[in-house]
Amino acid sequence: MSHDTTRDNKLFTPFNVITGIIILVGLVLTVLRFTKGLGAVTNLDDNNPWGLWIGFDLLCGVALAAGGYVTSAACYIFGLKRYHSAVRPAILTAFLGYALVVFALNYDVGRPLRLPYPIFLSPGTTSLLYEVGLCVFLYLMVLFIEYSPAALEWLGLSKIRNIIVRLTLVLTIFGVVLSTLHQSSLGALFMIAPSKLHPLWYSGYLPVYFFISSIFAGMSMVIFEGSLAHRYLHHKMDETHLKESEGVALGFAKAAAFVMMGYVGIKVIGLAIDNNWHYLATGWGAWFLVELIGFVALPALAYALAARERNLRLARWAAAWSVLGLVLNRLNISLVAFNWHLPSAQRYFPSWMEIAISVFIVTVGIVVYRFIATHMPILYEHPDYRTDH
Amino acid sequence: MESVFYTLQDFMLHSKNITYIVMGIVLIALPLFWRFLSGRDEKKRTY
Repeated sequence: MSHDTTRDNKLFTPFNVITGIIILVGLVLTVLRFTKGLGAVTNLDDNNPWGLWIGFDLLCGVALAAGGYVTSAACYIFGLKRYHSAVRPAILTAFLGYALVVFALNYDVGRPLRLPYPIFLSPGTTSLLYEVGLCVFLYLMVLFIEYSPAALEWLGLSKIRNIIVRLTLVLTIFGVVLSTLHQSSLGALFMIAPSKLHPLWYSGYLPVYFFISSIFAGMSMVIFEGSLAHRYLHHKMDETHLKESEGVALGFAKAAAFVMMGYVGIKVIGLAIDNNWHYLATGWGAWFLVELIGFVALPALAYALAARERNLRLARWAAAWSVLGLVLNRLNISLVAFNWHLPSAQRYFPSWMEIAISVFIVTVGIVVYRFIATHMPILYEHPDYRTDH
Repeated sequence: MESVFYTLQDFMLHSKNITYIVMGIVLIALPLFWRFLSGRDEKKRTY
């Protein structure tokens, strides 16, 4: 690990200026949201009570944070220790992803101070939304504990750190169980609206689709985030991380390719079981095929070629492509194909302020990730604990 | 593929027939895809 001091000392770098402006605008809009209400900043209405903040911040945020449970399960449950160096960055991304999901939820719900009510005061045990809320609440705590050894090593609190490290396997199992539950339940939420969601996207298998797609989205996010870290935080990586990163990217590319092709298979089975073939000849069908072929099957092929030819560059491009595909899928289900039969005047399109707050939340995530990865042992192993595993 | 279905039995018979054919194709295609994926693994595996 080498230290580039010029990189650390400049205040007015392009990154700082751009993120500073975004955060400033975000803060102004936050004040507006919490003083004037949802109506002042959003285009939400009774037909569209869930907008961009649910479709992007929550659905995409949760799916793209799946890298945490996928990587830690691969390493600690399936014993693939060659992915060990990818676990901490993946857990950090997942922890920040979920933390920002909860943060974004405060903007979206009408009375954010009542968010704890379903957990502590009036649990709706027959409600899917309750299950999602409970899982996200518990998994955020699990992720915080899984992430905490890095912070504790940084703070020099080795006793607590050693106790928590002994819980790794239990936490990983909790993570997989909770993720399986709520990733699928997020899809199941949309099963309440068969008349609102277009038949090409509506299916009794929506929970399965959401869960399977979260697996390859998580893997893609690990590769994508790894490629960004290589580009911008290369100086923070130790030799082990640098040596293992190609194996991580190509191994995940291979796994993601297979899972994505399986996903295409079950999507086609879903079309067949509901006999929805005739919709493929419509404009909606073309858009469905753009999503399924253009943003799942083709990146899966790109992943396969990358894994076969050991082409790291192609794997990284395929990862970005797959992440876009996941975002497209979640936006299609929650916004584009939702209320598809309504006249265009009544359709929802997010206001610029909703988009700006979403950009603000993503930016906060990037800034916090950068701070943590720069200061704590995320991309390198702390010298005092190198012999631990 | 649009057919007229008079009963749920008609619909299930038709859609399940097609589904089983698709499932057969998927079950054959996925192992072949896996062979394509791992085709060069032994020679170049470095980790």
